[in-house]
Amino acid sequence: MFEIPTFIILFAMMLALVSAIIGRTVYDKILAVNIFGTVTVLFIALFGFLSKRPDFLDIALVYALINFISTIAILKFFEYGDISKSSAKKEEADI
Amino acid sequence: MGILNLVSSVFILVGSLSIIVGLLGVYRMPDFFTRLHAASIIDTLGAMLILFGLIMHHGISIVSVKLFLILVFILITTPTAAHALAKSALHGNLKPVTDDDYS
Repeated sequence: MFEIPTFIILFAMMLALVSAIIGRTVYDKILAVNIFGTVTVLFIALFGFLSKRPDFLDIALVYALINFISTIAILKFFEYGDISKSSAKKEEADI
Repeated sequence: MGILNLVSSVFILVGSLSIIVGLLGVYRMPDFFTRLHAASIIDTLGAMLILFGLIMHHGISIVSVKLFLILVFILITTPTAAHALAKSALHGNLKPVTDDDYS
């Protein structure tokens, strides 16, 4: 019963990668990579059940963590030009 | 066994179809912000339905506790990432499409 959703999710991963390649702005590419990470977490969880050995869920949990951290870090780099810079001063100047 | 298996199969299938629907929205929407709106379907509806279906299929054990942890973590982090993405795009001078662009 897990075969069809696994193949659908593999197809979705392929669509997300194509969307990351053809995206016009950098934000479209970041959005596509974020979608790819979320779908990969679901694929790891489903594949563990498909192979009747659901020990890969720890890897899925760690992958969800890395996906969130990397998205926030890349966004901060593109918004402020530096990962380690504090963002408090620029927001005050904007308002 | 029977009815629970059937309901979890329906949950997993509907979840994977909603992932495809969200990706179609990412391809078809005219604007970055509407594309972000379509992509949030994947993060909430698709992930919730699939992980909840897996929990129902497996029953109560350490595996379902791990699945529940993944579910809670995805529900907290992906709206935060979407909000940061929208804020960063708006500060990066990406204009949303309004009604004036069509008239």
